Amino acid sequence: MESSVTSIEAIRLTKEYDSFTALDNLNLRIEGAKCVGFLGPNGAGKTTTLKIFTDLIHRSSGKAMINGIDVHSDKKKALAAVAALVETPEIYPSLTPREALMIIAKHRGVPSEIRNKKIEEALHEVHMEDWSDSKVGKFSKGMKQRVNIASTLLSDPEILLLDEPSSGLDPRGMSEVREMVKNLKKRKRLIFMSSHLLSEVMDVCDEAALIDHGKLLVYDTIQNLTSRFSGGGSVLEVGFASPRVDNAVIETIRKIDGVTNVEMLDDRNLRLGFVGNAETQAGILSELVALRLGVNSFRASSSALEDVYLNLVKENV
Amino acid sequence: MKDAYRVAAAPESQPFERANNKVPSGIAQCGAQAEFEFLNYLRSTRFYILLAIVATIGIAIMAVMYVYRPSVYLSSPMSFYSVWWGTIVNLCVILTGIFFGADAISTEFQNRTGYYLLPNPVRRSSIFAGKFMASFLASAMAIGVYAAITLADGAIYFGTNIPYQLGESFVLALIYIFPILGVSFLISSLFKNNSSSILVTAILLLFGFNFITPLITSLSNSEPWYILSYGAGIITSVLSPSGYPPHQVVIAGSSSYNATIPEGLAIMFAYFVITSILGLASFEKEDFN
Repeated sequence: MESSVTSIEAIRLTKEYDSFTALDNLNLRIEGAKCVGFLGPNGAGKTTTLKIFTDLIHRSSGKAMINGIDVHSDKKKALAAVAALVETPEIYPSLTPREALMIIAKHRGVPSEIRNKKIEEALHEVHMEDWSDSKVGKFSKGMKQRVNIASTLLSDPEILLLDEPSSGLDPRGMSEVREMVKNLKKRKRLIFMSSHLLSEVMDVCDEAALIDHGKLLVYDTIQNLTSRFSGGGSVLEVGFASPRVDNAVIETIRKIDGVTNVEMLDDRNLRLGFVGNAETQAGILSELVALRLGVNSFRASSSALEDVYLNLVKENV
Repeated sequence: MKDAYRVAAAPESQPFERANNKVPSGIAQCGAQAEFEFLNYLRSTRFYILLAIVATIGIAIMAVMYVYRPSVYLSSPMSFYSVWWGTIVNLCVILTGIFFGADAISTEFQNRTGYYLLPNPVRRSSIFAGKFMASFLASAMAIGVYAAITLADGAIYFGTNIPYQLGESFVLALIYIFPILGVSFLISSLFKNNSSSILVTAILLLFGFNFITPLITSLSNSEPWYILSYGAGIITSVLSPSGYPPHQVVIAGSSSYNATIPEGLAIMFAYFVITSILGLASFEKEDFN
C-alpha cells in the first residue's frame, strides 16, 4: 500500500553472490524530510543497497520499499518519486547535456511545456550552462558527474538516493554538491546519501546509518550518535581568528557550564567536549563570544563521527 | 546493536508536496528511448561506416555491370534486380544486425550507460524495446540506401521499368531485419562485454546459419525449415527470373528446399518473437555489478 509519508524502507533485504553475502537481512526505515548519511567501509553493502532500490540489481530476498511500494513489484510507481545517482553513470557520448537531460525529463514525465526551463535550471544549478550543447564524450569525469547530478534535479523528486555524489569532483564541485544537498533539504526532500567523507556527512546530514558486512550497525541522529559513542557528550571544534589558544584560554573555557574537556589542536583551534543539548551548545557559544577571543568558527567535530564510525566498524570485525 | 531496526527521531519529518509529474506510459518511454538511441546512432561513426560498406558494395556491382555488361543479367529487369538486390541484400541486413544490434544491450553494462537510464521510473522492457526500434530504423535506413543505389543503377539500363517483385523483396528485407536484430539483441543481452557480443553475433549471422543449413540438408536429407537463413530465402526467391522456385528441387539425387512466402514469414516471426523474449528476459535478470 502506498505510504502517505515519504519513506524508503529495507525489509530483511538480502543480496547473495554465490558464497558472498553483500547484504544480510538489512532492516532500515527512513521517513520524512531529512538527509541521512549512509556510512560504512568498502564492501559494506552501501552501493548494493542503493542499487537494489534503483533496480540496478535484484535482491535475493526481502523487500525494498519506496513510499510503501516494492521497487521490484512496481518499479515505475516506486521510482516515480525518486531521483538517483549511483556510482558514476556514463551518458551516451554523442549526446549533449541538454539532450541527455531531455531523455530523463521525458522518461520521468516532466511536462513538455516546462521541460526546457527545467533543463536550463538544472544545468545552471551544476554550472554547466556553458557546455549545454557540447558532446558529453569530450567531458572530464567531473563534468559528467555534474550532468548526472543535474539529471537528479529535473523532476523535483521527493526522494534522492545519492551514492557518493562528490565522487570525481574537484573541491569546488564537492562544495557545490554539499550546497545542493542543503538546498534540497530546505525544500523538504528526503535524501539518502552514501559517502566516505565523514566531514561531508557531518556538514549536510541530520542522521546517519552505519552498515558493515551487509548489516545495519546503527541508525540515529548524528547528535545522538556522537553523544552516545563519545562518552555521553558531544564534541565541538572552535576556531579563532588569530593565535589565541594557550593554557590560560583553555582553563577559562573549561570553566564554562557543560564543558567537560578542552583539547588544544593548534594555536588557532581547539576541540571541546560538552554534555548537554542544543541549548547547552548555544550557551557555550555565547560564553565564548563574550570572552572576546575572536571566535570565527564553531561546529560539531567531524572527528567525533569518525570515532563513532571506527568504534562500530571495529566492534563488528 | 546489530540488526538495529528503528526509526530515528525525524527533525523535519513533516510531509511535503508530492511532485506533479505523471510518469508516461511504457510506449511513450519506449518512443523517447528510441528517439535518443537513433540520434546516438546517427552521430556514430559506425553508422557511416555501414553506409560506406553498403555504398561500396553497390558501386562495385555497378562498376562490374558497366564494364562487363553480362548479358544474362541484363536480359531483363528481373534478372538484373535478382542479382543486384537478391544476392546482396541478405548480407546487408546481416551487417545491420551486427552494427546496430550486437552490442546494443552489452554496452549498457560495459559502458555504464545503464546506470544513467535504469534508476528512473522506466521499465527495462521499455528501454529494450526503444533500443530495438532505434536499431530497426538505423538498419532500415541502410537498406534504403542500398535500395536507392540499386534503383539508380537499374535506371541506367531499364529506366523506370521496375518489377513489383523488387518492392516485395524490399518489404521482406525490412521484415528480415526484425529476426536478425532479435538474434543480435539476444546475444548482446547475454554478454556484458561488447567485443565478445559483437564477435559471437558476427560469427553466427555471417557463417553460422549459412553453414548449418546445407550441412543439415546434406546429412539428414531433411528440410531445415527451422533455420533463419532458410526462411530468409524468400527475399531472393520472389525475384527469381524464372518464377518463384518450387518447394523442393532435386538435382542428382540430392534435394534442396525453398521456403514458401508464408513459411518464410512464419520462420522470421518465430525467430523475432522467441529471440526478443529471451533477450528481454536476460536483460531483465542481469545485475549491474
